[in-house]
Amino acid sequence: MSYRNDPYDPKQAALLDPSSLDGAVAEAEKAFAQATDLDALAALKPAHLGDRSPISLARREIGSLPPAAKSDAGKRVNVARQAVQAAYDARATELEADRAARVLVEERVDVTLPWTRRPRGARHPLTTLMEHMGDIFVGMGYDIVDGPQLELEWANFDALNIGPDNPVRGSSDTFFVDLPGLVMRTHTSPGQVRTMLTRQPPIYVVSPGRVYRTDELDATHSPVFHQIEGLVIDEGITMAHLRGTLDHFARSMFGPDARTRWRPHYFPFTEPSAEFDVWFAQHRDGPRWVEWGGCGMVNPRVLTACGIDPAKYSGFAFGMGVERTLMFRNGVSDMRDMVEGDVRFTTNFGMES
Amino acid sequence: MKTSLSWLREYVELPAGITASELDAALTNLGMEVEGIVDQAATVTGDLVVGRVLTIEELTGFKKPIRFTTVDVGRDTPQEIVCGARNFAEGDLVVVILPGGELPGGFKIGARKTYGRNSHGMICSAAELGLSGDHSGIIVLPSSVDAAPGADARPVVGLDEVLIEVEITPDRGYEMSVRGIARELATYFSVPFTDPGLTAAPAGTDAVPYAVDVQDTVGCDRFAARVVRGIDPDAPSPEWMQRRLVAAGIRTISLPVDITNYLMLELGQPMHVFDLNRLKGGLVVRRAHPGEKLTTLDGVARVLDVEDMVICDETGPISLAAVMGGETSEWQQGTVDVLLEAAHWDPVMVGRTARRHKLFSEAAKRWERGVDPRLSLVALERAVRILTSHAGGTADERILDIDHVASPAVVRLPATLASKIIGLEFSAARVAELLTRIGCDVSGDDELEVVPPSWRPDLVAPIDLVEEVARLGGYNEIPSVLPPAGASRGLTPGQRQRRSIGRALAENGYVEVLSYPFVAPGTADALGLAADDPRRSAVRLTNPLSEEEPMLRTSLLAPLLGTLKRNLGRGRRDVALFEAGTVFRPHLAATAPPALGVDRRPTDEEWATANAIVPEQPWHLAVVLTGDIDPAGWWGDGRAASWADAIEAARITIAAAGVPASRVTVRATEHAPWHPGRCAEILVDDTVIGHAGELHPSVIAAFELPKRTSAAELDLDALPAAPVIDAPLISTFPAALIDVALVLDRGIPAADVQAALAEGAGELLESVSLFDVYESEQLGADKRSLAYKLTFRAADRTLTSEETIAARDAAVAVTASRFGAVLRGA
Repeated sequence: MSYRNDPYDPKQAALLDPSSLDGAVAEAEKAFAQATDLDALAALKPAHLGDRSPISLARREIGSLPPAAKSDAGKRVNVARQAVQAAYDARATELEADRAARVLVEERVDVTLPWTRRPRGARHPLTTLMEHMGDIFVGMGYDIVDGPQLELEWANFDALNIGPDNPVRGSSDTFFVDLPGLVMRTHTSPGQVRTMLTRQPPIYVVSPGRVYRTDELDATHSPVFHQIEGLVIDEGITMAHLRGTLDHFARSMFGPDARTRWRPHYFPFTEPSAEFDVWFAQHRDGPRWVEWGGCGMVNPRVLTACGIDPAKYSGFAFGMGVERTLMFRNGVSDMRDMVEGDVRFTTNFGMES
Repeated sequence: MKTSLSWLREYVELPAGITASELDAALTNLGMEVEGIVDQAATVTGDLVVGRVLTIEELTGFKKPIRFTTVDVGRDTPQEIVCGARNFAEGDLVVVILPGGELPGGFKIGARKTYGRNSHGMICSAAELGLSGDHSGIIVLPSSVDAAPGADARPVVGLDEVLIEVEITPDRGYEMSVRGIARELATYFSVPFTDPGLTAAPAGTDAVPYAVDVQDTVGCDRFAARVVRGIDPDAPSPEWMQRRLVAAGIRTISLPVDITNYLMLELGQPMHVFDLNRLKGGLVVRRAHPGEKLTTLDGVARVLDVEDMVICDETGPISLAAVMGGETSEWQQGTVDVLLEAAHWDPVMVGRTARRHKLFSEAAKRWERGVDPRLSLVALERAVRILTSHAGGTADERILDIDHVASPAVVRLPATLASKIIGLEFSAARVAELLTRIGCDVSGDDELEVVPPSWRPDLVAPIDLVEEVARLGGYNEIPSVLPPAGASRGLTPGQRQRRSIGRALAENGYVEVLSYPFVAPGTADALGLAADDPRRSAVRLTNPLSEEEPMLRTSLLAPLLGTLKRNLGRGRRDVALFEAGTVFRPHLAATAPPALGVDRRPTDEEWATANAIVPEQPWHLAVVLTGDIDPAGWWGDGRAASWADAIEAARITIAAAGVPASRVTVRATEHAPWHPGRCAEILVDDTVIGHAGELHPSVIAAFELPKRTSAAELDLDALPAAPVIDAPLISTFPAALIDVALVLDRGIPAADVQAALAEGAGELLESVSLFDVYESEQLGADKRSLAYKLTFRAADRTLTSEETIAARDAAVAVTASRFGAVLRGA
């Protein structure tokens, strides 16, 4: 089709006819709608919006029109061109949205696949339980103290009013070593003796730790186990304070319903002494009293041996087994599970108990 | 201590309908641990009645003889019962359980057809009622029994008893008796109590029935005795006595011996009965001589200790005083003349003797806890009366009583002390009232003068009396009040570090274990420790539970490797464990500590001297790992744990402790039990705090572990406290990155090369990291290439490329001059 040198060609001018323009727009709209993807749409662009598209060709004809007709024809061409461009853009937006949606579908993964490339380990529940217990007392103004596990007999026994003839000092209860004057501590109380020897009242300390007794390992006994003991020495300390402390501790551990019940008992290092039960509402076999520990007012003989004036100060002490607590709190049925170090047991607890 | 409710009721007027749970609560609140309360009447349910056998028809044709009986059980028509026993005749009174009843063990009784006849119930044996092991026949009640057919048979056969078993704390010897428990219950329920220990008894006479010389009045502060002659040697113990002894778990032996046991249970006074005619000459009470021997009643020939007290006649020791009698002088079958002894022995002596000879007799248990020294003559009088009333004989009117018992000391109790200690108001009058109820004599107002009763040797200090006030006032009456708060300093730096380390290792895949610290004597060899390695010096338990593991660990590794092996044995393949715990390092020149008293605080010097012998017990941390540290999965292959992971665990530990990496040095060393070529020592500042790497192959073999098992052990006590960290300056100017590859001798540690680069690069260097280690034939067998990424940045400007290259060249120059490093490709 050669028309460039043709000064006037009615056929060409016919392109400016409104119906021709409308037809070109309709053609474009129809073609764009049929494009199924962005590539196909892009391929249609030259035919409808390119230099040789009907509307572009029509624009060229404007020059051949009489001046009076030019303005009107120009407007018509612009309207048509904008309509085609709008149709193109609309379709492009649609197809882009389609493609984005399709990409999201294609990129879908199985989020349930495991990703245990760096498996977590675990902390021993006895450790985390002792930390939990210790934190409660830190919150009540206590310090956490510890002492040696291989301990002076004097600190483990004599200073605690456990005289040389007390049967617990025999080899059927206590581990002795090939060094004179030393035993494996049978309770964490010698740590309290050390505290009293090195600090002045007021003393508020709690000592969690390992202790040793010559019990064979079975479902409920272990020669190595853990206790947490508390000691308070201050002016005017009474059994009521002891009760308040144990009740608060019980509530902190086991919830607002927890409380303690006391039974008179005998310990050489405290007088009066009691064993206490805790009301444990979460027990798997129903709420009940559970034996928990021992407590009492520090025996004045102990204060004297540790250099604290019993006429001025009084105090209380209490202690409970950490294994025992874990057993009823977490439903551990066999002591051996806590001792043997089977990772299946410990991993079950993760980072807390 | 086992006893029965009916026995207690003889002395305390308990409420008639008291239940087992009320009794349990009372005993518990009094401080006795209730082991069991068994209401025997409840062990047989339904109708257990007395019956009279009317007719007996022998059934034949069965495997064993069977009887078909009719029994009058007080109903309109006789009961038809089939019975397999034959030890009864028509007219006998028997015990019948009727249909609907249940015997101990859940044996339900019904009407049934058996041996071709209808049987409506059962005639019972003692065994079937749980009364004894006697299966030899059914119970035939004595004709003297005052019970009509149809009456409840329980009281007739003694099935109406409530059996009580309690554990007595070691301070309360007086509760080891019916007398003591009855007194406590009387106090608890505020009901009348009749003290069997205060019944009238004739006093000692100047003339003695038998010559006795007490030579050690510390060991024996009272010795009383009476003689009865001509008793019927075959007289049995009365049934009520036998029943009570059996219920208390004591075997019946003979009337005289049973009487002494009965009175021990009732009064708490252990006694001894000698055969008067087997004693040779006067008795002497003294300490044993060195090497002296005695064959006790249990047939054991014992070598005595000079602390033991013995009773001797001319032949030498005849009784290990207070603990067990001897064979030659004891009552025996046929004894007609007896000497009854009721003494009072030193509790400390008895305790030591019992433990020394491992003879924890019922008597020893009471002596050790303390026996009322005022009981001797009362017990003897009771014994003589019971003996003569059941076996005849004549009591000698002369009564021996050598009495050196000291009166209980007065305890001065400030009237306000109880309130001050208990935290509940007790007036002086209330304190006096409560103490009087337990037998004290109390006088005074502001300061009470309290004379404890003779049966309470435990009451010697004011606090002992306060405990009684608290106990009788009711422990559970004490209010619940929080004390004034202490002034906590929070966790110590060490406690914070241990927690952070535990969490960090757990987050990095390690599982915490708490191993026993006991190890085998051969552990040091298994770990390949050198002869002079200080870890060979270990404390040994003298009474280990297992002779195989008597030593205390000096390193955490051996027990931890044992735990690792246990996990492997249970089918785990990939295991990474950690443990934080103490090791025990004895001082080589340890001697016995100075004797420290309890009447005062040890001086600082005494305390320091004593502590100087206490072994060092530093907190260590160890990890062991084997198998894959990074597991295989759908993402690809796993990665085996190696020496590098062990060293990284050490770095993680130190970082978690808050010590900056810049203060940590890792360098090669040789240290057991590690592989000599794969062992690092870890330093913080200039202090070695531990080692890490792969274990020595021979150690792996000795512990039977998988190849390449790796481990680390650090001394946490050697770690410095976490410092306060200075904040870094963050530059916002761009970084310049340059890679350098250095060819060096293979033996030059990468850490040293990196340090040299950092030193040479100067302060423009922001970071340096090793990203490749390359070895090839081309480089040479003894060479390797280390490739580092250097990041430079200035705080105040964008670096020019000239500056950057100059800094890089300076860095490389230091490695060149120090290690002969050559830029690869240069």
